[in-house]
Amino acid sequence: MSSAASAEDGDVPADTGSGPPRPRPVRYISAAALNLHRVYEQNRQRLQKQDGAKAPDPTAPQTKGKPRLLLMGQRRSGKSSISSVVFHKLPPSETLFLESTARIQKDSLSSFMEFQVWDFPGQIDIFDNPNFTFDMDAIFGEIGALIWVIDAQDDYLEAVARLNSTILHLHRSYPHINIEVFIHKVDGLSDDYRLDIQRDVTIHIQDELSDQGVENAPVNFHLTSIYNHSIFEAFSKVIQKLIPRLGQLEAMLTNLCRTCRFEKAYLFDVNTKIYIATDSTPEDMASYEICSDYVDVIIDFTEVYGSWPRSEQWRDKLQGEPWAQPLDEQVACEWAESGMVLADARRPIMLREVDRFLALVAIMKEGSYDKMPQINMNVDVVVKGLTEFFEITKPKDVGGGAQGLASPGLV
Amino acid sequence: MAVPGAGDSTAASAAAHAQLKKVKKQKVLLMGKSGSGKSSMRSIIFSNYLARDTRRLGATIDIDLSHVKFLGNLTLNLWDCGGQEAFMENYLSQQRAHVFSNVGVLIYVFDIESRDVERDLATYVNIISALVQYSREAKVFVLIHKMDLIQPMMREDVFDQRAALVRRKTAEAVAIVHKQKPEQSQQQQQQQQQQQQQQQPSQQGTPTTPDPSINLQLFATSIWDQSLYKAWASIIHDLVPNLGVIETQLASLGLAIDADEILLFERTSFLVVSKWTSPEGEHNPYGDRFERMSNILKSWKHTCSKYTGTPRNAEQFSDFEYKMGATFSMFATKFTTNTYILVCMPPGEARFNSAKLNVAAARPWFKFLDGPVVPPQPAAGGASGATPEN
Repeated sequence: MSSAASAEDGDVPADTGSGPPRPRPVRYISAAALNLHRVYEQNRQRLQKQDGAKAPDPTAPQTKGKPRLLLMGQRRSGKSSISSVVFHKLPPSETLFLESTARIQKDSLSSFMEFQVWDFPGQIDIFDNPNFTFDMDAIFGEIGALIWVIDAQDDYLEAVARLNSTILHLHRSYPHINIEVFIHKVDGLSDDYRLDIQRDVTIHIQDELSDQGVENAPVNFHLTSIYNHSIFEAFSKVIQKLIPRLGQLEAMLTNLCRTCRFEKAYLFDVNTKIYIATDSTPEDMASYEICSDYVDVIIDFTEVYGSWPRSEQWRDKLQGEPWAQPLDEQVACEWAESGMVLADARRPIMLREVDRFLALVAIMKEGSYDKMPQINMNVDVVVKGLTEFFEITKPKDVGGGAQGLASPGLV
Repeated sequence: MAVPGAGDSTAASAAAHAQLKKVKKQKVLLMGKSGSGKSSMRSIIFSNYLARDTRRLGATIDIDLSHVKFLGNLTLNLWDCGGQEAFMENYLSQQRAHVFSNVGVLIYVFDIESRDVERDLATYVNIISALVQYSREAKVFVLIHKMDLIQPMMREDVFDQRAALVRRKTAEAVAIVHKQKPEQSQQQQQQQQQQQQQQQPSQQGTPTTPDPSINLQLFATSIWDQSLYKAWASIIHDLVPNLGVIETQLASLGLAIDADEILLFERTSFLVVSKWTSPEGEHNPYGDRFERMSNILKSWKHTCSKYTGTPRNAEQFSDFEYKMGATFSMFATKFTTNTYILVCMPPGEARFNSAKLNVAAARPWFKFLDGPVVPPQPAAGGASGATPEN
């Protein structure tokens, strides 16, 4: 739903698949140069890892090669609210009570991939601070993406000006950083007005940057609000750019959709409800919303009925006559799987747990519920493929391992 | 695979059918101070509003009468009484007999944030007096509402305090009415001959002690969480006719399919009508799971209606299943015309599939929930319920 430009920009390099680990290169760099750059980066990461191992000083855990998301923007623009809602499941209505952030708030999240979120206090300008100089390399060295939050309901010109100067600063030393602009708090604004603001902000930033001689800076725009799913969608887009070999993932899902006649499939990170990949059909907010809420329903049911231990007698009774089989062998699938048929057009939704963090959720075409057994088998194969994929692309061997990925044996 | 045990209850259900042909109408009064949230909760429970949508509701003027069909054989005559003082006085004076006679249930809503507790209680006492005067047998549910505005740590204490206060006031109000009884009994008998005749002797016997038989239940509620469903489920629970039959049949179904828990929901409100839990299921540490299920399924309905573009009150899903590896499996499905059933059971494919068939086969035994028009429905319903078996 966010700008067409950002969607395109995000997808083009990703689809090529064989690109660098950061799938959003600055365009005018040649392929050879990119490769060099990548090697340089990997070496640097390795060096840092070794350093960290040798001297476990307090900064070491932060520089362990986890991608980092930086949240920056003017004060009161909603940075802490965003990180609380998305990463700590705070109900949006309760963000009203959040205190203003006084110092850099560092959160480490272990999910399908480990990453960190740094929430910056808005009142501090890290590039122009007379009292304290920040270690730029420590902040921006390992960065995955810089998220700049702009309050759309406020006068945003100052925020835009600060963003511009930030981009200019960063562009010199860290040209590969993705800059994601969240035009925030757009709930309550009319659709037309939202687009107007987005256009206005985009023009301001691009004009300013090209005046300074910076063309094609990697800046993307998202319209967000914590009161609906847009913030999760925006984060999904941001995170997807940090996933190595996203193209392969997407190809697997697209393939699954074609064979099983799915309308839309998402691979969800269950904890944050960010989707880390989807198939290639055009994205629409509505199907993301229903899939994400479905994950919620499943989580709730699991908590109520699946989170407490059953007694031994219960187990014994179930394994005794007439079943006479261990419980594990009585079930078809050891992971969670679920399906629901909507009354309208009898369109089923299905969910399948991939691993501890990920779940595959898909909306199926009407009438396909009868074919559920075949579909489950196909999904099984894809899930196996996905598991292999994540095994291979684990951060430890970003370099070589990924080449050997076999496409899943679907069909 | 028939349902063992369902057979022995057919006799009971047949006997019940006879009483059920008549639709039971219940007059439910919804009262409380203006702005305490009466119409909001009504809209959430019966009209599928989202909690945040209730901001749009304006003040209720006078009495908003609505008939809510609940299951096939129960109609709630919901009197949503606007709470502004002028209206309140009116209910207590001119419309006194009209409003307070034949009441089945009084739901009185207190706003926990109210500044003038004394005054709220004074009004409440007046209402209770009027109620005791005209509808001696009415049940009273007091909802201490907007609990979300109290800090979570303090909620229990605040509620306990307020509950004790309300109980005391209620007892006082009842006692006062009893003292006045001799003067009023003449007038009362004219108004309410049938009811009073039965009650009169016992009341006269113990005029001074607070009558223990006034049926008062208190709940802490908030429209922002499941507590509202808990309160309303117990309100509804007492009104549903032939609850005993439903419960015994649910229990025999549960035993037959080896379930751990069965919940029966009303179709639109998703309030729990009846439930059955196996001894193993009783170990579930989540005591609030029933209202949680209502809440989860209801908000899921909203998501669906947003996605499909169908009206909020329309039916949104027909089948749901969830198998969580070797931990548990569950399914929810449309059961009778007016109900959904949710079954939670031990894992195992074979067990799961046979349970689904058995639940489908058990439908005819619950057809009476869709009463009161008995003749045409069992034939059609019985046929459709039996087919999956063959």
